[in-house]
Amino acid sequence: MTGAPEPRPVIPAGVGVLSVLAVLLLTLPLLGLASRTPWADIPQLLRDPAVLQTLRLSLVASLSALALSTVLGVPLAWLLARVEFPGRRLVRALAVLPMVLPPVVGGVALLLAFGRRGLIGQVLFDLTGWSLPFTTAGVVLAETFVAMPFLLVSVESGLRTMDRRYEEAAATLGASRWTILRTVTLPLTAPSLAGGMALCWARALGEFGATISFAGNLPGRTQTMPLAVYLELESNPPAAYLLSFVLLVISVAVLLALRDRYLGQP
Amino acid sequence: MSAWRVGMLVLVLATACAQSPAARSATPRTATGDTAGTAIAGDVTVFAAASLTDAFERIGQVFEARHPDATVRFNFAGSQRLAAQIVEGAPADVFASADARQMEAVEAANAPVTFAGNVLQIVVEPGNPRDVTELGDLGDRDITVVLAADEVPAGRYARQALDAAGVTVAPVSLETDVRAVLSKVALGEADAGIVYASDVAAAGDAVTGIAIARDHNPAAAYPAAVLEGAPNPAGGQAFLDLLTSPEGQRVLRDAGFSTP
Repeated sequence: MTGAPEPRPVIPAGVGVLSVLAVLLLTLPLLGLASRTPWADIPQLLRDPAVLQTLRLSLVASLSALALSTVLGVPLAWLLARVEFPGRRLVRALAVLPMVLPPVVGGVALLLAFGRRGLIGQVLFDLTGWSLPFTTAGVVLAETFVAMPFLLVSVESGLRTMDRRYEEAAATLGASRWTILRTVTLPLTAPSLAGGMALCWARALGEFGATISFAGNLPGRTQTMPLAVYLELESNPPAAYLLSFVLLVISVAVLLALRDRYLGQP
Repeated sequence: MSAWRVGMLVLVLATACAQSPAARSATPRTATGDTAGTAIAGDVTVFAAASLTDAFERIGQVFEARHPDATVRFNFAGSQRLAAQIVEGAPADVFASADARQMEAVEAANAPVTFAGNVLQIVVEPGNPRDVTELGDLGDRDITVVLAADEVPAGRYARQALDAAGVTVAPVSLETDVRAVLSKVALGEADAGIVYASDVAAAGDAVTGIAIARDHNPAAAYPAAVLEGAPNPAGGQAFLDLLTSPEGQRVLRDAGFSTP
């Protein structure tokens, strides 16, 4: 933001103390995790086939969820941002509902829709003998359900705030709608798309509640890193601390990649 | 959607939030309020194996009727999770585990007493549509089987049963407590699972139980103990006393447990 330099604000009594408490609340758990992470065991744990399998599955599932969210979410974001249609507000509300819905409720809802006795799932099972719960595809579906709204919101706001005159100029110069989308709209909204994708991927990678209630827990098929952390905490706490730390490092990396959006203000 | 499916949905949601306030209904006071005069008051925090959920909620009502100044707070989960929480310093008064191993993991457990036993059953959908009759049928690839994870007592007992029967099973999911196994079958997502006889009794019409041959069926034993450093040791001891009293034992038997 530009403009006249702002006067130095006077800090009201209490704000400083409460701010320090807030920072402590948010950072102490991270310090706790770092203090218990078995640094010396890291090379050995990272060669453990079970840990690698979980890591691989988490990456495959979360990247698949990201791809699905992008393919489905970007067109919907464009529609919501650019087209007036009856029920648009309702569609937007429903599409972002998973952001505030407890994920475990999302998982139960997914079961009742896509499970073997679910609205769609029963038809699918009767026709093909195949059902989504307990499969890696089920993990991808659960992660997409929870993570896609983050991409949707980011891309829609990018489309709404971009300067439409560039598109109008391209149109008056005779560019086709597809050319405008490809050469004007998408490049101009690229930062929001990238930000939305990073948030979406991070959320998918960290998904727990919907996954465990919809897809169950089986190493190599549906046991992602957060599920492994939850279970290892009971049998092998150091492995849980390490997996947690790996997830923390990835989260910090995502935040750094988004630094212009969240850390950008001086 | 039938009524029991809605019921199972509620069950799933209820187990998802581990903390469950015990007292919802006012239970009429029993005539045997013999210890009511002593100073049992405040919160009594009981960490109990998931399979004990229904029986302990009933015992909790009896306890609160006897000790009107006390409130029982339950934390139901897989015993391995509860043991880990207690080791990490969770403030519990009583730990009731589904096996001795998880009790031994808790050093603060003071002289555990065995208050109940249980046996395993195969749980299937109501009416047994897949015609499961014995453990050997669970080795069939066409039958979707859900077990508790190996760390969970019910999962360990199930492994023992399958090993004893010489059956190899490829489960589609390893759940974090026995009630999650039950709900996967009750919701129709899995064809079969291995749970306790008391779980089948608790689920009512939502599932059917198939007995497992006695020589393949490990006997589950439930120890309970008051914990050292308990915030309310007197309350914890009173709860333990109720568990082993004739009335507590009767509630456990009604819920499908055996009693020593």
